[in-house]
This record gives sequence, structure tokens and C-alpha cells, in this order.
Amino acid sequence: MNQFQYVRPTKQQAAIDAVAKDATATFIAGGTNLVDLMKRGVMTPQKLVDINRLPLTRIDADPGKLRIGALALNSTVADDKQVRERQPLLALALNAGASAQLRNMATVGGNMLQRTRCSYFYDTTMPCNKREPGTGCGALEGINRMHAIFGFSDKCIAVHPSDMSVALVALDATVQVSGPKGNRSIPFAELHRLPGDMPQKDTTLEPGELITAVDVPDGPFTKHVHYQKVRERASYAFALLSVAAALDLDSNNNIKAARLAMGGVAHKPWRLTAAEQALVGKPATEESFRQAAAIAMQGAKAFQHNAYKLKLGPNTIIQALKTAASVA
Amino acid sequence: MNEQPKPKKQIGAPLNRVDGHQKVTGAATYSAEYQLPNMAYAVLVGSTVTKGRLTGLDTKAAERAPGVLAVISHLNAPKPPGPKPEGKDPSQPQTQGNPLQVFNDDKIRFNDQPIAVVVADSWARARYAAGLVKAQYAKEKHETNLEANADKAFLPTAAKKNPKHPMNDYQRGQVDAYKTGAVKLEAEYVIPTEVHHPMELQAITAHWEAPDRLTLYDKTQGTMATRRDFAKQWGLPEENVKVIATYVGGAFGNALHSWPHEAAAVLAAKVVNRPVKLMLTREQMFTMVGYRPYTWQKLGMSATPDGKITGITHESIGQTSTYEEFTEATLAQTRMMYQSPNVTTRYRLAALDIGSPIWMRGPGEATGAFALESAMDEMAYLLNIDPLEFRLRNYTEQDPEKNKPWSTKFLKECYQLGADRIGWSKRQLKPGALRDGDWLIGYGMGVGTFGAHRGAATVSAQLLPNGTVLLQCATTDIGPGTGTAMTQIAADTLGISPDKIRFELGNSSFPKAGTQGGSSTVNSVGPATQEACLALKDKLRTLAAASNPAFTSARKEDVTMQDGYLTVGGNKDTRVSYADVLKQAGGTTVMVEAKPGGEGQKYSMYSFSVHFAEVRVHQLTGEVRVSKLVSCADAGTIVNEKTAGNQMKGGAVGGIGMALMEHALLDDRFGRYVTKDLADYHVPVHADSPAVEVAFVNQPDPHVNALGTKGIGEIAIIGVAPAIANAVFNATGKRIRELPITPDKLI
Repeated sequence: MNQFQYVRPTKQQAAIDAVAKDATATFIAGGTNLVDLMKRGVMTPQKLVDINRLPLTRIDADPGKLRIGALALNSTVADDKQVRERQPLLALALNAGASAQLRNMATVGGNMLQRTRCSYFYDTTMPCNKREPGTGCGALEGINRMHAIFGFSDKCIAVHPSDMSVALVALDATVQVSGPKGNRSIPFAELHRLPGDMPQKDTTLEPGELITAVDVPDGPFTKHVHYQKVRERASYAFALLSVAAALDLDSNNNIKAARLAMGGVAHKPWRLTAAEQALVGKPATEESFRQAAAIAMQGAKAFQHNAYKLKLGPNTIIQALKTAASVA
Repeated sequence: MNEQPKPKKQIGAPLNRVDGHQKVTGAATYSAEYQLPNMAYAVLVGSTVTKGRLTGLDTKAAERAPGVLAVISHLNAPKPPGPKPEGKDPSQPQTQGNPLQVFNDDKIRFNDQPIAVVVADSWARARYAAGLVKAQYAKEKHETNLEANADKAFLPTAAKKNPKHPMNDYQRGQVDAYKTGAVKLEAEYVIPTEVHHPMELQAITAHWEAPDRLTLYDKTQGTMATRRDFAKQWGLPEENVKVIATYVGGAFGNALHSWPHEAAAVLAAKVVNRPVKLMLTREQMFTMVGYRPYTWQKLGMSATPDGKITGITHESIGQTSTYEEFTEATLAQTRMMYQSPNVTTRYRLAALDIGSPIWMRGPGEATGAFALESAMDEMAYLLNIDPLEFRLRNYTEQDPEKNKPWSTKFLKECYQLGADRIGWSKRQLKPGALRDGDWLIGYGMGVGTFGAHRGAATVSAQLLPNGTVLLQCATTDIGPGTGTAMTQIAADTLGISPDKIRFELGNSSFPKAGTQGGSSTVNSVGPATQEACLALKDKLRTLAAASNPAFTSARKEDVTMQDGYLTVGGNKDTRVSYADVLKQAGGTTVMVEAKPGGEGQKYSMYSFSVHFAEVRVHQLTGEVRVSKLVSCADAGTIVNEKTAGNQMKGGAVGGIGMALMEHALLDDRFGRYVTKDLADYHVPVHADSPAVEVAFVNQPDPHVNALGTKGIGEIAIIGVAPAIANAVFNATGKRIRELPITPDKLI
């Protein structure tokens, strides 16, 4: 690990200034990802700006929305009564992530900003355009069983690893950001970017911008929700593929509204709006789910080792919707 | 005569671990935890290429970094006087090619091979400086893929030189008879590279106490073997090297060998003339301390329509390194498990540019059993016979390989115990017949066997003034509870309570014992403990006779030890105090070596196990969950029901990992693993393991030793992976012949 400076401001503006004015500085909160990356030399910040003393841990149950502070712990949010009642899908997704120990350290803001788990990104001796632009993509013709089937470029086929983000994109969340130029809101679907020619840039945040909170608007999705995560062991593993599903059903079991997003398939959490629209007005049956799943997979393309995702994707969508529909 | 109440029998009792309290409270000291005065810390720098030569090594920045004491590489390393590495010597036993040679030349033989070691006054400073070492290489084309090198596979050199070597081709009856059988199958099976990954990382503290006296606090399964290796390397008398491994935090085989990092620490301690501690990172645990080798197998089998096997041919190619020939008994179970008049086995190696493999729990037998026990299931389906019934029709009442009677074999009893407990009668022969919603349910079984090995061992025994009996032996305890089992054996032999016994181990200065491996420790050290305790009784009898003539004619078995006194059979009139005995000249210490007798010539000695699995496979997502696992063993006498059960459960969980998730994935273009930590290399978590049910036949084997033990460690895992694979087939109709069985293979 390289030597670095460490500061721990108590004022938000001081934290933002510290990062905005120093291109080698970065924020640290729970550190569950950044510290690993620093140990391996994947990220080499010269200065860490610890934001844990900023007052950003509150979960506010406002009318019409929940405002979750960026420093609220994953475990706190997953266990929060308001979150469980008003946004159960978010609680499910959070609890599907990492391990209890990590959820007790990781913050909401840090969770959405975690870097890809692509092995080539993590190994500084291998090519990776995300880590070192211009060196090539090691995964493109390498071992790519965990990699993207949507939205990739020839520069990068990595996937975004967060479970929480999949639920947040499905729930139309909004990220509150504060930066050198003031405050702004970013729709969650626009926080993460596709790799294109700049895979080194994961998000649309500008230098020095700090996530302060995420707003999750109330909706009808308080009952028929499910987060289906497929992995090789029962816990503490990143998703091969995951699906966040939420349904609003009428008394005849017809679908009034639907939300659907996939994880483990793209450089960002992958919202499936066309499939959602196809579900509206349909009966909540396996046949409807099958049709929506087929729509969701349009445009998917696999590499040498991840062709299974072309089948696992629709299957997992069907399973997530079936479970969501049957939740009483 | 006052009859004393007979002490409770300890052998078989579920005694808690004698060192359990130390372990759970952190009081137990592991090899990385020794703090010596003036200690320095070492961090290895690994090669980033897979094959070639080091053409340049810039160590200047590292040498100038704060706290750095030395940067050692092939450019400046002192050359130990021991055997020279040049010219692979095939007459050396397997895995003793040149493992200890680090920094000896500029050759790169595998990726992450240590090319330098940085020593500093703190671990953080050593690690920082290690990152500053810059290497240049002349790369050569490397080979890391076994299938791509299968055409170059060869018979191990040891077998070529010795026609009686067990790695030679084996033939019983007609060659490849299965090809003309009435019902036949032929299938290929693959086990990927699996890595031991015990919780405790490999660590060593090397301390030259004098220029010719070396003490190692080392993670090793064999204190004597490590002592021998380093004495040989440094040209020292063995007694000048002391190896301490009081506690070992799991090993599963990867501490059976002396490795480059150990040699590097010893070199570093010599150079800086301070004690040096070196601990590997989890990433380095993948590359330089062995693994279960990637193995390709092909199995052909034929049977009569009524289920009698008529021929088996089992071939395998296992991976080894370019500098050592590692072999294991992949094909052993096939030669002796089932009654077949014709059996052919052919074992080959492929030398790849990867560090050497090493035995991993169950070793080759577990690899081979995956193919054999999967094929047994496949054949049962071809014949439309229940797989348990098919195994019974081919049961061997004597060893068909050696043509000798079994010392004991209670495998049929294991079958019965296991079938009852799993509910085998619920199983449907037709795949996919049982389900619970989207979950398909299946049942499968797999059989395991491992030789009941016994070696020589010596134990000393001594009565201490406080009435404690101190026993010592150089054996290690890597987790099975060796000290606990020996305490129980001693308690029964001496007729005293376990809390009056202290069994010390893990120190090469203690009386000698073999390495802990191959399920042999209780078989070997157990009888030595028993005999040492009997000798102690006899010694005490002789010493007591000076105070009370009743002892002169007493039998040693009748010497009773209680409340600070010796008596003859509890008769108070014969009382002699421990203090009086200890006053006698010469002390009480006895030392006894116990060796195996000639039983091995007459009998074929094996432990046996069978594992039954119930799995649930999700028909949409392909996820597999083991919902029930029953392991039954014929391992002779069970010395401790609790720790033995614990070993069986640990092996079963290891088998779940083998079947469903363990897979060290290597990118052949670079020769580097892409799974480099425990987030990518999956082992089971609690949620992956059901409550494993264990049952023992618990019948003593009168031929292995007087205790009747046969060994547990390996049979706990051998046969588990095929039981799960067979259950997956029973649930889905999909036969997965390449482990692990991940969701992508099932959807």
C-alpha cells in the first residue's frame, strides 16, 4: 500500500473542498471496497478524506418519500422499520449483499459507488482499461463468466456489483449530491454510466461531488416485491445475475404497475422498462412473466463464458416475478 | 481389600477438546503470533510472468525505503550448503525435487514465484518496500493448460525406474475388457484445481539462535520433516534445528511440504541476523503452497445385464510442476473397491508451468472417487438397478487387488446406517420424479476408502510432583483433536482422570513421530501413548517397590494411581505417595517407541465410508442446495465421538465445496489465477451446509493396532462430491462430469 494523507473534516464543505481541490484525493466512508483496492494498488489516492464525521446518517421518513443519508449503514437501512414497510424491496436487496460484517461497515453512498469486481480490474499486472486506460480489456477474450451481456463496449465488459443499486433503480430513487458548484439531484438511473470509450469513469459525478442522501419515493410496491439473487453459494458471493421485481396487483390479480431491474448484466444496474410496460394490464401469471422476460432480454449478447446468462436472465426474471406475485 | 470405584472409560467418550478453551479465547499461540526480541518482518515479491528469466531487478528504491534491512534475491542471496538444485533428481521421493530453492538462479518456473524478499523493521514497511522492487524479464512461452498438454503426459519417473512402484500401470485380468462388455459406459471426468485455504495463513518465524542453531516457529504438519528439510539444506545436525508448531489453524495438506517462503524466511534471518517473521497473503496461498491438482480422468466400465461388473478401465492425467513430480493415489479405489475380474488403471502426469501441487484432504482418492462413484451411478442407471443394490452386487469380501482378507470391513453396515438415515427408500430411480414447487429433489450416494496407515511413533511419559502425568510427542495437531484423543487413551491406560494428564505436542524436540497426514496419527501415536503409559506404570511399580514390597510382585496393570498415592489394585495397605516415588533416583520418565507389526503382510487394511446426499435443484435458476447429508464410517474404534464426528462433518463440508463451488480459475494467456481471494474462490458458508448427520460402526480393527483404530480424516471427504453429483442427476437427469456443479451447468 502507498503512503497517503488522511483528513477527517467535520464540515461538509471542507470535505468537498478537500477532494475538489486535489485530483489525487478521494472520499472514504466504510472503506469496505476502497481499502482492498488500495492494498492491491488498484487505487492509489494520495489523500483520504474521511467523511464519517459528517451528519449524514439519518433516515428521514418524509411525506411521499424516504430520505436515506449517504452514511446510513447498509445494516441499519435494511433493519429500519420505515424502510421495511415502505420499501421492502430495498431491504431485501440490501440483505442479499455481502455479509453481516460488511453490511455493518458499508454505507449507502459507498455501496452505490463500489467498483466492479472484475478480476482483471483487480490485478495490476493484467490489462484493464478501467484501471489503466489504453491497456486493453483482459476480460473480453479472457475468463468472462461474470461479465456483461448488455451495454458493454469493446473497451470494457465489466458489471456493476451492487445489489442495493438494482433495487434503487427499480424504485425510481434520486441521488442528492453536493459539490463545488452547489447541490443537485441525479435520477438513480443516470448515476452510473455505460463504459463506452471511458470505462475508467463509473458514474456521472463530477470531481469533488459528494453523495449526501438517496430519496426513495413512496409507491404502491409495499407487498408484491422480491429480490432474486443467483449465486454459487448461499451467502457472501456476488451475483451471477439478480433481479429486483415489484408488482402492484388489483383484486383480480391483474398487474396495475410493475418495476423490474437486473444486476450482474451491465456496467450499471439495468432497468427493464419495456418489460415493465408489457406487464401492465396483464394477469399475474407465469405466461405474462415469460413474455416480459423475453422482452427484457432483447439485445443481450454473450461472450465465451457467460452465455448461460442469456438463459439465466429470463429464468430469474420469471422466478422473481412469480415469487413477488405470490408474496401475501 | 478396599475396592476403588473404577474410573469412567474415556475412549469413545465425547470429551471436550483439551485445548478448546485456549483456542476460543485466543490464548493459543499460532506460528505468526510469536513475538521475539528484535524481530524483523519479511514480505515476498512474486514474479509477474509465468516462465522465462529475470533479466533485471531494481531494488534500489526498496533498499532506500524507511526501515528496510535487506532486499534479498538471486543476485545477493547466500547459498545454503545443502543439496544443489540443479538437475532434477528423479530418484528423490515425490515432492522432494527442489522446493526449498529460492533466489538460487534467474529462472522463472511459475507465476508469483518468489523473486525477492524484503526485510524491514515492521511488516507495513516491508510490504511498502516490496511494492518498490521492479523486475525485468525475458519471457518464454508457458504452458498452464492440462488438456492442451495431455499429449505430452508421461508415466512418473519413479514408476519408470521401479516396476513395482504403485504409480505403474495396473492390470488384473484382461486389458480394457470393458470395451467388449454387454452393458458398457465410457465417460470423462474433470476435477479443477482446488486450493486448501485453511483459515490460518502459512507463516513462519525463523530464528538463528547461534550461527549453527536454528529455531523455527512454523506452520507445519510435521515438525520432524521440517527439521529434516532445513537441517539438510543448511548442512546442520538435525538436533541443531528445532521446529515448533504447538497449534496449527487447519492445513488440509498444504503444510505437508516445505515451501519456498519458509526457505526465504530462514535465509532472511541469516542475512539480517535477527529473528524474521514471514506470513503469506491469501493471494499467495493460491500460488506457492500447493493445491489439489487439476485432473482429467476417463473411466470405462462394463457389466452383465444383472449387474455384475465385468471390466473397469480408469485412466487419469494429473497436473504437476516442471521441477517436481507430484503423484497421488487417484486410481487406488478403483483397484480394490468392487469385484471385477478385469481392471486396468493408467496414471500419467502433465508438467505445467505452475507451482507444485500437494496432497489436499482425501487427496487423489477423493479425485478418483469422483470418477469411479459417478460411473457406478451411471452404470446403475444403464442397468436400471438401484445404485445401492448395484454396489451390493459387486461388494468385495476380500481385497481383489492384493488377494488378501480385509483386516475388517463393515461397509455393508455403513450402507444400512446411511440408507436408513437419509430415507433412501423415498428415492425414485427416475430422475426428476420428486419436487417441491420449482425445487427438484434428488438423492445420491458415494463411497470412500483410505488405507489404515500406521507408522512408528515415540511417546515419553513422566509423573510430575503435582500428580499430573506429562506425555510428550513431536506429532502435530492440525485440528482433529490429537491432544484430546491421546489424553483419553492415556486416561484409560493409566486409570486416572483426563484432567490429570497433559499431552504436549508440536515440537521437534519431543520424542519423534511422523507427519500428521494420511489419516494416520491416532493409528500411530495412539499405541505409542498406550505403551508409554503402561511402561510408566511399570516404572512406578519398580520405584514404589523400594517403599512397599507389595509392588515387587504386582503386575503393572494393577498399579493404581489416585489422590497422590500409588496402590496395588486400590488396596490402601499398599499405599506409596507420589512424593516417595519421585524421591527415588533416576526419575520417572519413560520413553517408548511403538511400531507397526507384520499385520500388513497378512491383511489389507482400510477405513471405509459412505455418504448419502439429498439435494434440491432450482429448475429455473440452477442453484443447488444440499438439504441433507449423512456420512457413515467404518473407521475402527472411535476414540472420541465428538471430535471424530467433527472431523466427519468438516470433511463433508469440504465435499460440498468440492462438488458445488471450489474452482481456482486460471487465465492461460497470463498463467495467473483470476480467483485470488475468498470472495472469488468460494468455499461453503454456513448457509450452504445442512446439519451433517454422522454415524460410526465403531467396531475395533484388531490388526491395525491394539486400540482398534483405522483413521478418519480422508474418508470424511472421499465420496462426498460424487454423492452430491449423483443426487443432482437424480433430481434433474443432468450428469455433470466436470466439477464444480455451478448453476450455469444446470440451466
